[in-house]
Amino acid sequence: MSLVNFAAREITCKIVYYGPGRSGKTTNLQYIFGRVPEPRRGRMVSLATHGDRTLFFDFLPLDLGSISGFQTRFQLYTVPGQSYYNATRRLVLQGADGVVFVADSQARRFEDNLESLQNLHENLLGQGVDVRQLPVVFQYNKQDLPRELVLEQGALDDALNFRAVPSFGADALHGSGVFETLKGVSELVLRRLSAGGVAAG
Amino acid sequence: MTELHVAYRFDTLVVGAANRTAVTAARAVAESPGSVYNPLFIYSRPGLGKTHLLVSIGHAVRAVNPSASVAYLTLDEFVEDFHGAVASGVVDGFRQRYATQDVLLLDDVQLLGRRLEMHEELLRTIDALQAAGKQIVLTSDRPPSQIESLDERLLRRVAGGLVIDISRPDFETQVAILRRRADDNKAPFATEVLEAVATLGIESVRELLGALNRLIAFQAVSDAPLDPQQARVLIGGPGAALPTTTPVATFGTAAPVSTLEAALGDKPAVVADHDEFGDFLSELANTLAAQAEPWRTRVGEAILRWEGEGFRTGVLGRLLDQENPADPDAVLVQYEADAERLLEMHHEVAELAPDMVGSPTLNDPGNMAAAEAYLQRVRESAEPPPAPSAAWRLEELVESTVNRMALRAVHGIVEAPAVRYNPLVVIGGAGSGKTHLLHALGGALAGAGLQRVACLPAHEFTQELIESIDRDAVPAWRNRYRRCGALLLDDVHAIAGRERTQEELFLLFNIFIESGRQLAFTSAVPLAELSGVEPRLLTRLEGGLVVELPAPDRDLRAQVVERLLAGRGLGDDAELKAYLASRPADSVRSAQGLVQRVLLAADARRVPATAALAREVLEGAARPARRAAPNRPPIVSGGIRSREKMVWQWPDVADCVIEEWR
Repeated sequence: MSLVNFAAREITCKIVYYGPGRSGKTTNLQYIFGRVPEPRRGRMVSLATHGDRTLFFDFLPLDLGSISGFQTRFQLYTVPGQSYYNATRRLVLQGADGVVFVADSQARRFEDNLESLQNLHENLLGQGVDVRQLPVVFQYNKQDLPRELVLEQGALDDALNFRAVPSFGADALHGSGVFETLKGVSELVLRRLSAGGVAAG
Repeated sequence: MTELHVAYRFDTLVVGAANRTAVTAARAVAESPGSVYNPLFIYSRPGLGKTHLLVSIGHAVRAVNPSASVAYLTLDEFVEDFHGAVASGVVDGFRQRYATQDVLLLDDVQLLGRRLEMHEELLRTIDALQAAGKQIVLTSDRPPSQIESLDERLLRRVAGGLVIDISRPDFETQVAILRRRADDNKAPFATEVLEAVATLGIESVRELLGALNRLIAFQAVSDAPLDPQQARVLIGGPGAALPTTTPVATFGTAAPVSTLEAALGDKPAVVADHDEFGDFLSELANTLAAQAEPWRTRVGEAILRWEGEGFRTGVLGRLLDQENPADPDAVLVQYEADAERLLEMHHEVAELAPDMVGSPTLNDPGNMAAAEAYLQRVRESAEPPPAPSAAWRLEELVESTVNRMALRAVHGIVEAPAVRYNPLVVIGGAGSGKTHLLHALGGALAGAGLQRVACLPAHEFTQELIESIDRDAVPAWRNRYRRCGALLLDDVHAIAGRERTQEELFLLFNIFIESGRQLAFTSAVPLAELSGVEPRLLTRLEGGLVVELPAPDRDLRAQVVERLLAGRGLGDDAELKAYLASRPADSVRSAQGLVQRVLLAADARRVPATAALAREVLEGAARPARRAAPNRPPIVSGGIRSREKMVWQWPDVADCVIEEWR
């Protein structure tokens, strides 16, 4: 649950990176971690398996400093992509203020993207969250791969982004589109905060 | 030793959360060197203001006590000086030089790790300064425990004082620093530009100011005002230093890497790597600003600004807590007006009493009444203390063998204040002319151009202190006297049993002596017989010149009588002068009283004042007149009879002769 604390002049937001396994969620956080000045970032917590698969979740706290008089903090989470970690995904998704759905642009992962998106909707519904009200953006990762291996951004939009929310092409490994995606979801979250859909402290 | 950098002062230091504790400790040390945190050890990473703070202490100490000896130098200079002393065989002189400083400010002592031979010498210096109640302040880029191979004893000495760190300034402080420096350089930038620079994660103040210099240089050759994006690209920030393998993004809505190149045109400029995080923050701020209620944004920005200036912002914080305040802009306008007024007060206090400028009372726009009251106290303290009376002038004093020594001393002081006779203590009974002498000295000093000569009775001094305690304004009262060019205290014996007065006088005494300012006292009681006065004060009084003003001799009485009679046109009556001068008087005042009685009688009877009339008035009509015969009992007509007058009632005439001879 996001928090706007007028007394302490603080805003705290929770953003969850969701998507199929190996789509690049942790890579997004790692890139952000590498670009944020040290005093502004907390310790990135990452629980990974031997094969660098996210076992539980990643957590990256960001102190964005004072923005318009509010001390602003973002908490970035990833969920484990594999289907058998759904309990963990539900746990991480609780109280999310925004979701970045990281889709794998490879044509061969199309079904995995669909399955993960459905899983997202199910988990949100299970928590009583109206997905139409929740700030969500799409990131189509791995767009740097050869054209013949990936789907165009438009095709992915047609297949996944049926509510026409903001979407971003990305190459998370090298950073392209990572901050654009974060900006996109952050703007939606902040607009929703100011619209009153938050708990005011 | 190095001169103190003129720009490194407390009032040019931007205080924020990162350095507030260190600044508070430094101010405390500057106000009372040697008595609070000694030694004071300040450490931080380079470029965060250690040297600024260190030098500020030196300036503040000198502001309070202009003659205080303050030595500022780096450890390297200290080492170099020591080696020079060893080479020339004057190590004792080296030790003496540093051990006698009032305040020793030593910069960059982390270099001690490579100077093992200096551990013993620094230890010796610290011990000597501490033993003498003198202050030592050290700075380092790391805590004492991390200075390699630091002598355990040095570590303990340092730990025995106060070890305090300065951390990296927070965002608000960085903005305040940038704004102040930009204003100093008359190079205004939009707030967004300064905030953009402050979000770049620059680690040190020095680098921050370097970055600002780049912006100023760029702005100087640019027609259009710099915008935040350009500022970020120009400076680069730490993101530029990070390894990057990022190719130019062309996907989706990814932004172009740099739009500044186009903006710069052909102008030479440093184009840094793209700061994605900075961009992200900037756009987020825009989004939030657009979403938040405008008044909240204004109040939030005001909080940033005024906290950066060191002001309390509780009023504005409470405003933000409210859901729908009636008129937030009015509160904001009032707050800013009050803050501006406090800034004016700061300046006024800084001029009137620099050591009182650090009061937190002047930082709270939420309590303007307290601030105004504080300013009033400072103003009162700035009023000059009681000055010497113009009625008593040095040229009116009559010199004779009995007061010659005192008069010569006074003239010597007027010629060269605080050089030979400091303090001067004049001992004399009632009416001996010591008050006249003291005021005459004060008047002459003032006439010679000495500013703020204080001259007052000791009991009045005590009364002022009591009133200042009552008004909780002792520092102001103290400051009033500390700024005097000379302090002359009449009837100092009256401080016997007044412990607080003695304590304050002791402090003043030391300040005056150390700063080469004149002190003078009178006492009706010889110092050796003065009880109820602390030995530390008595010994200091005795350490100057103590002169006595005994009862006037015949020569002095004759001169007093002649001057008074001449004032009435009777200077030619030798018989009258001789008779009056022969009359016994234990003080100048008594001698003057005799003359006045005769003149009053002459006026009352409308007859000329003659020796015969004087005999009749002073000895009585029943006795036969005897020419210039002093051995006659006086007729006491209601006046207070002195001891000498009473002896005429003694039965044995031999006693009278002996007394007159005496």
